Amino acid sequence: MGATMAEKIIAAHCGSDVVRPGEYVWCNVDGTAILGYYPVRQRLKELGVQRLFNPDRIYVVEDHLAPPSTVAVANAVADTRKLVREYGLDNFFEYGRHGVLHELFPHRGYVSPGDLIVSMDSHSTSYGCFNVASTPINEELVYVLVTGRIWLRVPQTIRFNISGKLPGPESFVVGKDVILRIAGEYGTDVALYKAAEFHGPAVPDLSMASRFSMANMGVEIGAKFAIFPCDDKTLEYLDGKMKRPPRAVAPDPDAKYEAVYSLDVTDMPPYAAKPHDPGNSVPITEVEADSVKIDQAFLGSCTNGRMEDFRMAARILRGHKVHPDVRLIATPASQDIWRQCMDEGLWDIFSEAGAMVTHSTCGACSGMHMGLLGDGEVCVSSGNRNFQGRMGSPKAFVYLANPATVAASAVTGYITDPRRFL
Amino acid sequence: MPLIVRGRVWKFDDNISTDLMMPGFARTQGMSERELARYCMYSNRPGWSDQVKEGDIIVAGRNWGCGSSRPAPRMFKVLAVGGVIADSISRLFFRNAVNIGFPVLICPGVSASVEEGEEVEVNFETGEVRNLIRGTVLQGEAIPADSPPYQILKAGGLEPLLRQTVARMNGSEAEKR
Repeated sequence: MGATMAEKIIAAHCGSDVVRPGEYVWCNVDGTAILGYYPVRQRLKELGVQRLFNPDRIYVVEDHLAPPSTVAVANAVADTRKLVREYGLDNFFEYGRHGVLHELFPHRGYVSPGDLIVSMDSHSTSYGCFNVASTPINEELVYVLVTGRIWLRVPQTIRFNISGKLPGPESFVVGKDVILRIAGEYGTDVALYKAAEFHGPAVPDLSMASRFSMANMGVEIGAKFAIFPCDDKTLEYLDGKMKRPPRAVAPDPDAKYEAVYSLDVTDMPPYAAKPHDPGNSVPITEVEADSVKIDQAFLGSCTNGRMEDFRMAARILRGHKVHPDVRLIATPASQDIWRQCMDEGLWDIFSEAGAMVTHSTCGACSGMHMGLLGDGEVCVSSGNRNFQGRMGSPKAFVYLANPATVAASAVTGYITDPRRFL
Repeated sequence: MPLIVRGRVWKFDDNISTDLMMPGFARTQGMSERELARYCMYSNRPGWSDQVKEGDIIVAGRNWGCGSSRPAPRMFKVLAVGGVIADSISRLFFRNAVNIGFPVLICPGVSASVEEGEEVEVNFETGEVRNLIRGTVLQGEAIPADSPPYQILKAGGLEPLLRQTVARMNGSEAEKR
């Protein structure tokens, strides 16, 4: 019997030829990451840890609260800087050279196809877009930092066969819409405890940014891993960035899938998820029909804060003004992207339109600083979660959508089908 | 640690996110875990953190603890909740719970078989859920004996293994010198 991509990567990291779903194995990981606002150093000191498993494979950044909004966070980040020095971690990215970890780290050599990665932050499923088995951890971070090892239960694998041709960024329909549609049609627990694979004729056409959004929100459908095949686009994107040679995996023709879901994305509309769950997603036309007035539009996050996203938004904003009752907050996923947007003149367009451009941070999407919502306020967000209370007040309402929908809605003042701006 | 717990039930719906358990805005203020736990369910069920009593048990629907990887199980440990039983539990919540020795059990159908305020007895080791009011018994998905999560949960969390590991590694470092 053949193996799925997740089974092949796990087998390669636990010293077995073959692994089967349900089996428990101990694996060596290729990398792990520390979020700078967690009190990790304190734990290492309490335990008397003298060295970490492999300083080159441990990446560190503070992105959620960049830069600190409270003394408590400032102290926590200061302690992380000490950790970085004491344990000799070179891959620490100071404010100004930082980014949201999932966007930043692949540009700094964190991943290669075929890797097994376990990182802090739930959106660590993101690296699956690079043919990596990557999954989030939290409480066992210190154990992984010390040993470089983790136990895993080999998951069942499910497969999404995506056929047809996605309209794409030029038509304002992107990967974000596909993953919102999947969450709506199959449920936010369709991939619970499972590895999800994305295959089919539509996949080679998907931009890396679109694949990224889908793997990123893999965790929003419960997935342990959300893995794409490796192709020329993957290798081109990672070219010159990787620190290890790629060991790409593909599923065997007789790989066993627990379930196969087929969807055709030809002529698909943009999707939006209504409050308070990513699974409440419907075609944008249905939300537009409700005439939902907005107070805030948020364009950013590890899901949708990339060049493709800001370019789409800029096409809509050019020659328009943000609606007088709306604030549009644009937060790039890394400082590199901030710089590129500036070089391409996109910030001129955003600024002319009356948008507020910020530095890179998780910011409003994390609900921790830089754009929290008040009671009764409505936000359309290109982020990944619209749970009650996620972005501030429990009495606020968040709609998730693609970046073009966010920009279009910022202009009109209500949630709008961006295809009106084509 | 005792893996048989008897307690009064609090019911929660499907898709209760870790944002509800540990709101983001409260996490930037340098609060202790005890202070933070006051905000547990503050959005969806204000006042609950004052009402819940030591040994109470949570029975939830599908996808309990979805979303962020934040260490939300600590909130329930601080509130002295006896454990969580749910139709399904997010991978991150499950793993974080096991790693701090907080009992969790996946038991499909449990939310339909227990009402709030009823008393249940749960054996988190065998997966048996006994409704002491109705006399009904449900079988949850026991964690396989001798699997790493079973051993970690039995040991009260990852801490003992972590301490042993660090001591062993520091010992072998000392020998090298």
